[in-house]
Amino acid sequence: MAELDTSGGGGKGKKTRSKKMSTKVDLTAMVDLAFLLITFFMLTTTLAKPQAMDMFMPDKPKDEEKQLDVKASRTMTVLLASDNKIVWYMGVAGDNPPTVDNYGKSGIRGAFIDNNKKVIAGTGDPKKGLMVIIKPTDKSNYKNFVDILDEVKIAGVPSYGIVNKIETAEINLLKDQGVYK
Amino acid sequence: MPKVKIKRKSTSTDMTAMCDVAFLLLTFFILTATARQPEALAVDTPSSTVKTKVPDADISMLTIGQGKVFFGVVGQDVRIKTLQKMGEQYKIAFTPEETKRFALIESFGVPIANLKQYIALDNADRMKLTQPGIPTDSLDNQLNAWILQARYATKELHGNELRFTLKGDSKEEYPTIKKIINILQEQKINKFSLITSLEGDN
Repeated sequence: MAELDTSGGGGKGKKTRSKKMSTKVDLTAMVDLAFLLITFFMLTTTLAKPQAMDMFMPDKPKDEEKQLDVKASRTMTVLLASDNKIVWYMGVAGDNPPTVDNYGKSGIRGAFIDNNKKVIAGTGDPKKGLMVIIKPTDKSNYKNFVDILDEVKIAGVPSYGIVNKIETAEINLLKDQGVYK
Repeated sequence: MPKVKIKRKSTSTDMTAMCDVAFLLLTFFILTATARQPEALAVDTPSSTVKTKVPDADISMLTIGQGKVFFGVVGQDVRIKTLQKMGEQYKIAFTPEETKRFALIESFGVPIANLKQYIALDNADRMKLTQPGIPTDSLDNQLNAWILQARYATKELHGNELRFTLKGDSKEEYPTIKKIINILQEQKINKFSLITSLEGDN
């Protein structure tokens, strides 16, 4: 075998016998490591995929007459304002006082659930629930938009629509509340 | 009478076979795991509670951030076909070499006039370059053209409708998103997906 003679060649005549080592290596640690890496790669390959939230925009009708009419009492208009604030009101602007709200569990979600219950109680038909109209203003950001869609889904609002046309009255309403900066 | 001695068996087992299997699997997973391409435009996606995964094929991703939009479509064959169609529309001839290189680009944000130079760059230089985004003005709406040609290409190659996903930055102002949604709606695309990261129900 190719081994270095480390005896120094002192010529003492004493033969140094190299101890025969076993060729077996303990592979336990190596196997541990390999399985750890396998687990890591298995999990990352399947979990790295991003999530996709499906959304539907209302079809752009060519003529205004085709627009679906919904009873004003069933609608809840949600305006996405600046500084992560929401302003919502029921029905037609001016009829009901607007409420300034936040995103998340303690904010708009409760309002969605309550209003939905009220509307169903009012119509007496579980199919005719709340209709949420989401109006993102120019001062809101993309996160607000995704958050509100998420809240709508969590609260189980039966129907919603995204409207990009904002009336001047609504902008003024936001300015009054100080959330349009 | 000699005593019957029970032979003590060693507890160490031969790990060689196990090690072989483990490394074989490891190699397989490393090779199949698609290396994450550095993104042309880094965006921080908002989180949501939806748990639907993004489909693998026939999908196009529009990355929106810093007021810019980047276009990308999945599948090399679709990319090649889209580039050919765009070349025809804008009267730019792409060589087979350029087409091949383009097929590997996941997402880009340069006007079509600069696309040739962009393709010629190597990967490292591409990362350094700040891309201006694809023009979306009403006069020169190249994004609209890319979307349309990618849809044609997918339909011709796979017979499926191309689906669109928007990958927007959390901080992105809504008007930019509105502009992109409008472009999609002009082509009667009313259903699309928003890319989000996962969040717990709270």
